[in-house]
Amino acid sequence: MGALTKADLAEKLFEELGLNKREAKEMVELFFEEIRSSLESNEHVKLSGFGNFDLRNKRERPGRNPKTGEEIPISARRVVTFRPGQKLKQRVEAYAGTKQQ
Amino acid sequence: MEDNGTNDNLRNSVLTKSELIERVAQKQSQLSQKDVELAVKTMLEEMSQALATGGRIEIRGFGSFSLHYRAPRLGRNPKTGESVDLTGKYVPHFKPGKELRDRVNSEEESEGPMV
Repeated sequence: MGALTKADLAEKLFEELGLNKREAKEMVELFFEEIRSSLESNEHVKLSGFGNFDLRNKRERPGRNPKTGEEIPISARRVVTFRPGQKLKQRVEAYAGTKQQ
Repeated sequence: MEDNGTNDNLRNSVLTKSELIERVAQKQSQLSQKDVELAVKTMLEEMSQALATGGRIEIRGFGSFSLHYRAPRLGRNPKTGESVDLTGKYVPHFKPGKELRDRVNSEEESEGPMV
């Protein structure tokens, strides 16, 4: 099964809600852009039922170039983390339970 | 710079789903807020459904979602101390894409405690 993409989401909005193709494409772009710009301006994003996008500040830490073995510090940075919500976690687990390991 | 502990939540404001819907509605002129709400909920449901059926999500410029396997382990009931067999399971995982990583990390002065 191929991965779900922006094109698939736009197609769904076209089929299910009857948005025209241009509106559907724009809606998908606006949705992700709004999440990005919130995170960029230090706002966490909480989407109930799905999950939370949080920001964490990482200190500088020692790193290594895996090819040369040379030590290079990894600079302090801000990163996005995703914490799936209870409902999403349960849905994913329920599926995994029906699958052969 | 040093640990500020509890200030973290105060400093970071939060965007909720309903505020996100409002902002998206303001940024376009063709659809009513009700339609935008339906669109956002449809997208989130489609994304949840993809993960709940073992699929991946790849949003260029934003990031990808996939499932990570957690091996079976012996857990413990924190109340009784009794050990419990926990079966293997899948958990959703998000990997931010390059544009999101760069934009979030673009400010010179980062805010909040370092972790």
